[in-house]
Amino acid sequence: MSSLAQKKGVGAIIWDYLTTVDHKKIAILYLISGGIFFLIGGLEAMLIRIQLMKAGNDFLSAGLYNEMITMHGTTMIFLAAMPILLGFMNAVMPLQIGARDVAFPFLNSLGFWLFFFGGIFLNLSWFMGGAPDAGWTNYASLALASESHGIDFYALGLTISGFGTLIGGINFLVTIINMRAPGMTYMRMPLFTWTTFVASALILLAFPPLTVGLFFMIFDRMFGANFFVVEMGGNTIIWEHLFWIFGHPEVYILILPAFGIFSEIFAIFSRKRLFGYTALVFATILIGFYGFMVWAHHMFTVGLGPTANAVFALATMIIAVPTGIKIFNWLLTIWGGSIKFTVPMVYAVAFIPSFVAGGVTGVMQAIAPLDYQLHDSYFIVAHFHYVIVGGVVLAILAGVHLYWPKMFGTMLSEKLGMVTFWFFFIGFHLTFFIQHFLGLLGMPRRVYTFGADQGWDLFNAISSAGALLMAIGVIVLLVNVVITTVKNVRVGNDPWEDGRTLEWAIPSPPPFYNFAQTPLVRGLDTYWIEKMEGNKKGMVYAEPLGDIHMPNGSIIPFIMSFGMFVASFGALYFQDDSKPWTLAVLIIGLAILFGSMLVRSLKDDLGFHITKEELMEDLKKGGNTDGSK
Amino acid sequence: MDLNKRYTPQSWPDHPETATLEGKNKFIGFWLLLAAETVTFASLFATYLALKDRGPSGMEFTSSGLFELPLVFAMTMILLTSSLTSVYAIHHMKNHNFKAMQAWLGITVLLGVVFLGLEIYEFNHYVHLGFGYTNSAFSAAFYTLVGTHGAHVLFGLSWFIALMIRNSKRGLNTYNAPKFYLAALYWHFIDVVWVFIFTVVYLMGAIS
Ligand code: HEM
Ligand SMILES: [Cu+2]
Repeated sequence: MSSLAQKKGVGAIIWDYLTTVDHKKIAILYLISGGIFFLIGGLEAMLIRIQLMKAGNDFLSAGLYNEMITMHGTTMIFLAAMPILLGFMNAVMPLQIGARDVAFPFLNSLGFWLFFFGGIFLNLSWFMGGAPDAGWTNYASLALASESHGIDFYALGLTISGFGTLIGGINFLVTIINMRAPGMTYMRMPLFTWTTFVASALILLAFPPLTVGLFFMIFDRMFGANFFVVEMGGNTIIWEHLFWIFGHPEVYILILPAFGIFSEIFAIFSRKRLFGYTALVFATILIGFYGFMVWAHHMFTVGLGPTANAVFALATMIIAVPTGIKIFNWLLTIWGGSIKFTVPMVYAVAFIPSFVAGGVTGVMQAIAPLDYQLHDSYFIVAHFHYVIVGGVVLAILAGVHLYWPKMFGTMLSEKLGMVTFWFFFIGFHLTFFIQHFLGLLGMPRRVYTFGADQGWDLFNAISSAGALLMAIGVIVLLVNVVITTVKNVRVGNDPWEDGRTLEWAIPSPPPFYNFAQTPLVRGLDTYWIEKMEGNKKGMVYAEPLGDIHMPNGSIIPFIMSFGMFVASFGALYFQDDSKPWTLAVLIIGLAILFGSMLVRSLKDDLGFHITKEELMEDLKKGGNTDGSK
Repeated sequence: MDLNKRYTPQSWPDHPETATLEGKNKFIGFWLLLAAETVTFASLFATYLALKDRGPSGMEFTSSGLFELPLVFAMTMILLTSSLTSVYAIHHMKNHNFKAMQAWLGITVLLGVVFLGLEIYEFNHYVHLGFGYTNSAFSAAFYTLVGTHGAHVLFGLSWFIALMIRNSKRGLNTYNAPKFYLAALYWHFIDVVWVFIFTVVYLMGAIS
């Protein structure tokens, strides 16, 4: 079976992406769909800021406002930030460890489609009777009282996409454990690979509690169970525990890959080996470990008692230590380096003070008595936006610029990149810095308006103005993407010229088999080592040129995810007496799911081989075909 | 990988389940999945303990009054035995004795089906007493914990059956050996979870 590229029509391209199991294409799917959800979440944020622009505004009604903040938070965390990061992991991590693919290409595709259908399902709530309105944390006491189907969309949608994320996490873990090229020991893995590894472990252990909580919510709301119904013996605090046992690790699932991206950037553009590589690795592991022991800092005001509060306060403060270690290592990496202020590097440098500010407010909140004052005020809103926007989103923007050439073979304009950066960076601080003071002045979060006599007008107006600047920055980025794609100036293997790790040693975008010959890794920053020793090929090889085994594409992941999507509608309307078809839809959906699973397990699928001759043919043409049939 | 390659007990690798890269990947991946499953059940157990005996005021059901220990003890023995028979099956898989493996798997499946039947009977019995799913927080926590385990049993049985039928004509090779191995591993996991259910739900329920 030959598989090298030919020209093809739109239909063929779509089919190719629906069935692909190539991690690089799945990465593009994640990036595009995550990007679209990011725009939707951003639009929701703008509407929120318009509503809060002045006192007593009636731009959004109270109910709609609640839906807006809920969907904004949920979309940004689950459907934008995490998928975009999973996209980078897919695009880069296998290349960094010298692998031809991930361990489970089929599951990789399944993970994406589950996330995708889950996201679509959640967002359909806007058009099908109302969005969820109990906040992204969906506390049970609020959620059970919510009358529309919004909460059901939330619970089912996140269940579906959560399965996808879990599958993705397992896949990355096994890939890193089993598929590293010869010589790529654990302590030679690039930092982005390390953070992918730890974040995946967190996904593995943190998503099940969320899924369990969501199932309880589904059973309570749709099938008459009483987990959270106090009159029937239930307990709403169980939801809070399950949510935050997931929720705090989740913030590290987001920030660790961001740390990984920045670690790469600091090393590349300081043209220096990372300072304290070992310390960075252990700090990452330690953060992942502590991440599971602090969840109750979100529940100081619940009344768990002084002992529990004291223990969780201390544990929380301890987490700041490994985080601080990382900050110092990055600073010392820049120190004495020969620095190039490219767009990614500018983001990285801006990240440090922004994130430190978020960390400091975090430690303030960790002081339980103080948190009684801060909790549920705008101070909290300021804190988590400083860490999430100042950390995760800056990393995503930096990563888009850094890895764009590797993923698409073209270079985003540095000039427009700088324009985006300044708009976004100034807008970000303008929006959120002042919210600390709004919080201290007593403005509560999640309240749709405020009075003119409360003295919050000016600060809110400033905050809204900042949001506008961020929006302009993002629009400039989109323009940049379009211009770059239209111009289509192709770049070589190492477009930043200072790449240190294996992904920069192969064409941009890489051929679908990644490495014609598996590389032999001779140390940390292998590609840099080879460059310094004058090796023109950029690699030494661990094997002679030979046949390569590749997996077949498959439509089954798409169909399976679609089955879950269908079944969810059945569950959603299960309690509506006016809809007698719900059980049938539930069963049909599950039948599609399990039927296609059965087909998958009964049909042998051994993949195919690229022969040595085809490979040599391809290498002559530059070796960056995308391999679609 | 060549599906038509014929093995003999002599040429059969010592660890057929990890003889190929795919086998190795599945092996590690499955253990990780079991880690996630462990956390899932831990969450369910914790919830059960928090909601045990909780219900609307005047609820007549308590864990010490409700459960039928002799029945549950029989179920425990059956499931434990089925774990043992699946060990025999994998033992024969490692010796490349396909027929014996299929036979032991068949016995495992039979025992599993009996277990599941008894569980359905048990649930049915409680429901007839008025202890339905929507009765109380206690009943929701009970049926969700034990029922999730039951769903795992059902999935494990279907997996065994599908594998046995699919491979009945072609015997063992390094492509399907990992599948049999992992299905058996899954079965052990289900068994371990049941031991915890038996202890935490039934025994501790009876003495409280
Ligand atoms: C130095 C490390 C950090 C500390 C000590 C810390 C501490 C805290 C505390 C105590 C709260 C609860 C405040 C309250 O609700 O009263 C909180 C909220 C929050 N933190 Fe952090 N945090 C840290 C880093 C991060 C990071 C890295 C992220 C995300 C990338 C993050 C995201 C959040 C979010 C989303 C919330 C609010 C959740 C909500 O109520 O909706 N934090 N943080
Ligand atoms: Cu937290």
